Amino acid sequence: MLTVSGLKRLHISVSFDLQDGECVALQGPSGVGKTLLLRSIADLDPNEGTVKLDGTLREAMSGPAWRKRVTYLAAEPGWWSDTVHEHFTTWDDALPLVTRLGLPDGCGPWPIQRLSTGERQRLGLVRALMLRSRVLLLDEPTSALDSASAAAVESLIAERIANGTSVIWSTHDNAQARRVGSRIFVMGPDGCIEENRP
Amino acid sequence: MTYIQLSYGDLALPALLVVMDGVLSLALRLKLEKQLAIATMRMVVQLVLVGYVLMFPFAAVSPLWTALAAVIMVLFASREIVARHKRRLPGVWKYGLGAGCTLLAAGTVTMFALLTELRPDPWYHPRYALPLLGMILGNTMTGISLGLDVLTNSLVRERAAVEACLALGGTRHQALLPIIRDALRSGFMPIMNSMAAIGLVSLPGMMTGQILAGVEPVDAVKYQLLIMFLIAGGTGLGTLAAVLGGAHLLTDHRHRLRLDRIAAERSE
Repeated sequence: MLTVSGLKRLHISVSFDLQDGECVALQGPSGVGKTLLLRSIADLDPNEGTVKLDGTLREAMSGPAWRKRVTYLAAEPGWWSDTVHEHFTTWDDALPLVTRLGLPDGCGPWPIQRLSTGERQRLGLVRALMLRSRVLLLDEPTSALDSASAAAVESLIAERIANGTSVIWSTHDNAQARRVGSRIFVMGPDGCIEENRP
Repeated sequence: MTYIQLSYGDLALPALLVVMDGVLSLALRLKLEKQLAIATMRMVVQLVLVGYVLMFPFAAVSPLWTALAAVIMVLFASREIVARHKRRLPGVWKYGLGAGCTLLAAGTVTMFALLTELRPDPWYHPRYALPLLGMILGNTMTGISLGLDVLTNSLVRERAAVEACLALGGTRHQALLPIIRDALRSGFMPIMNSMAAIGLVSLPGMMTGQILAGVEPVDAVKYQLLIMFLIAGGTGLGTLAAVLGGAHLLTDHRHRLRLDRIAAERSE
């Protein structure tokens, strides 16, 4: 279980628990701080507050060790090498996920420059999924995808959730938030509130 | 050993060449004439002053005066490093990193040359120590400046790539390694180019100066080789220290990228 209490970064301040195998959808207008919140939980920016995973404080482990368990995926993932497969420890292991998300299995040697925004987004997701993290912090993971590709992503993440992965899924798509989230958090200028669902 | 002595009047005619550059700038609207005038004035004043200032430690031959002159040279070098940067480190590190690394690299290499190869008597004799330090300092400063500039600019430009690696559990070393390599390459490039071209494309100033002062060309070459080896060592050491130090300062113990530690971009 991920426990977030009194997490503060700039204007945001939140507290909540995230159970194993639970997906929370995170909504709110652009610029309200959704990305800041996800990055703070992943400890990518300096922040205050207590964050625990299964009762273990984040500070009890190194930053890299924490982020291997609690992984943040940016809406536009970055790339540090020239070709696709260089970003994966073992490209062959990633291939089933790559093809499942509708990408050709021969895309390993492709230069990153050649990829469309949607292809980058899906490959970024595969790269994050390869870690098999306990918690996934997904920042608008389907914002550049058509409906079929978005459905493939939702289906893949649903499987991970069923296997115990916890997810916070930031999205501007209300229908998607209702599909993927068992709870919905709405961020506003006054903080983060849980939406009552019928 | 004889040499042709110059008076200040002898320099008036060559100085017209700089005036010619200014006229060219005006004619072609390059807008460089003001900078050219300031740079020329600075050069003349600095060199004349240093000529007179150096007469004092040269006459005194005291380790304290030699050390004081060396410290002043390092401070000016660190100021030059900062002046060349578009993005600067915060607080004390703005000058501290450049000054520390130039002092470490140029100081170590100069001491090495004085104690092992040249062995003047006394070893701190300013006639050897200060010119040697000056030459090494100038080149080390260029390497450090380029290395830090590439490091800070690349970190800002490649932020998404660095943070993607960090978000996937990479250490700050893993995430910054490609940028550190680029920064080191840039820092090494001037001395590499200089070593490749020396003798064929360019005759270095010190060697030319020695030949003009009456030293046999073969002996001047030996001195120049010594200087080039020292400069290469100093540049490598200084650039490595500055780039690794800069990378350390721009990340933190939680392996986070800290671009908030770079001061706001300087307007041109």
